[in-house]
Amino acid sequence: MSAQFMQYLLTGLTVGAIYALVALGFAIIFNASHVINFAQGEFVMIGGMATVSLTAIGLPALLAIPLAVAAAAIVGLALEKFAVEPARNASVVTLIIITIGASIFLRGLAMLVWDKKLHAARPFTGDAPIAVAGATILPQSLWVLGVTLAIVLLLSWFFGRTLLGKAMLATSHNPLAAQLVGINVRRILLVAFGLSAALGAVAGILIAPITLTSYDVGVMLGLKGFAAAILGGLGSGAGAVIGGLVLGVAETMSAGYVSSAYKDAIAFVILLAVLFFMPSGLFGKRGGERV
Amino acid sequence: MPQRLAAPRTGGMIALAAAIALLPLVLSNNYFYDIAVLVGLNAIVCVGLNLLIGYAGQISLGHAGFFGLGAYGSAILSSRYGLPPLAALLTTTCAVAALAFVVGRPILRLKGHYLAMATLGLGIIIFMVITTEDKITGGPDGIAVVPFSIGGFALKDERIWYWVVGALLLLAVWLALNLIESPAGRALRALHSSEVGAEVVGINAADHKVMVFVISAVFASVAGSLAAHYSGFVTPGKVTFLHSIELVTMVVFGGMASTFGAVVGAAVLTTLPQLLTVFKDYEMMVFGAVMMGTMIFLPRGVVPSLARLLAPRRRPDVPGAPSPEAGR
Repeated sequence: MSAQFMQYLLTGLTVGAIYALVALGFAIIFNASHVINFAQGEFVMIGGMATVSLTAIGLPALLAIPLAVAAAAIVGLALEKFAVEPARNASVVTLIIITIGASIFLRGLAMLVWDKKLHAARPFTGDAPIAVAGATILPQSLWVLGVTLAIVLLLSWFFGRTLLGKAMLATSHNPLAAQLVGINVRRILLVAFGLSAALGAVAGILIAPITLTSYDVGVMLGLKGFAAAILGGLGSGAGAVIGGLVLGVAETMSAGYVSSAYKDAIAFVILLAVLFFMPSGLFGKRGGERV
Repeated sequence: MPQRLAAPRTGGMIALAAAIALLPLVLSNNYFYDIAVLVGLNAIVCVGLNLLIGYAGQISLGHAGFFGLGAYGSAILSSRYGLPPLAALLTTTCAVAALAFVVGRPILRLKGHYLAMATLGLGIIIFMVITTEDKITGGPDGIAVVPFSIGGFALKDERIWYWVVGALLLLAVWLALNLIESPAGRALRALHSSEVGAEVVGINAADHKVMVFVISAVFASVAGSLAAHYSGFVTPGKVTFLHSIELVTMVVFGGMASTFGAVVGAAVLTTLPQLLTVFKDYEMMVFGAVMMGTMIFLPRGVVPSLARLLAPRRRPDVPGAPSPEAGR
């Protein structure tokens, strides 16, 4: 029983870490621009698919992975420059549809560049399961958890200690005031999209050896990442990470103990239940409405 | 009298009725009739959804769920339990209205992106239930549906469906236009611009939001029921997240807070995929690019943007505000 519980917990945390990375991408873009980027899942797909095809042509993983992340980041920058920037003053719904249009475009492009098949990526370091407290864990899961932890630490250093990171925080609090103290708000937006895309790509690369990848993996991962970001409270970094982990564990536990067919549905039921009682998520800003 | 005709309520209705009446002149075969019926059904959903998104300012990314519940409710009640199609449709509609009423209140307390997420989640839960309960719904394979019939007269021909759907679309538009002009419609527009402001002047924001949510769900459900009987088959494909997005895109493409815009949006985006098949492998890319392009260059949607170009400049531009005179 407890070994089973441990197994579900480890699997849940692995999936949850991926959701957390995607959710962080949502949070960073939301903070910089108040845009929900529905193409976030496509960055995950690009990361995974690019790594698979680059290693397939013989590149070593150490070269293929940075190239895949860079490719996703370039797509992120292009998305900001050519789709979001020209529509700066449009309404929320309009911006949502623009990013959804971008995600459909990118999926169509991926179908052409690659194909419609499922691809398996090679694990970073073997696939012999490791025994942990009666349960087993794949080495790749350790990579997922380790890299996610490293990224969370790096991001908290970036936002807390570097000038660029602080400029991004300032922009998220008040873009006009940030501009007045000399922050180039437009560049901040570009950085935010590039950074989010890179995060998404890393998530895609980490999870590809466990779950396989294809041109349309981004849809569900993007939605789950959005759900995690909302669960934690939009715009909160810690919220995104905790939201991701909670969602991942809740999903795996309900798949294990309740019904595997309903695991995705249960994740969304939990999300709705939390939102009914805490309308701004677990760590979201609560504030009155200005008239 | 000429003034009355120029008003969107009468003039627009006459134009729409004329378009529906004259369209068969160019519909040369059943394939075109088929597309026209699909346009009409989508337009009915969009007119309802536009009340929620365009007028009340509440986004829903889950309306394909209500469409799907309507389709499956009618399909199951009429084909599995042998209810007459009209009774199945009415029962299903009442059930969907009740569901929307129950979930509407807690969901509509949420705002902005949280509301988007909650409605998206609701749509996905409905999709999961439909695909998983395969003993009742047929799962991913879907189920066959009996043709619609009233008193022994079965609706089978595309041409007859065209007139039925056309008449229902006119009814839907007429209901929507009347609602918008009513005190309730003014209350919705008030709470769109400021919920607090609306409550201060005595509008019960929660009640009005739930009301319009239920109305839009009912429109979607009825269209879903009809679509099931029309095509003779339902699959979960019409209940997906992507279909919800398509519906919202139709509303925004045509122009938010424009009932005729919703009809135009449904017409353009339902026919577009048929035209795009010439692009074969590039179809998805072109569709995505069209979505992005129109939203970037016409952020208010086609109909309000055109109306603004054609109409003499009478009032100053208020950015972000839905212009009340634009081709309602």
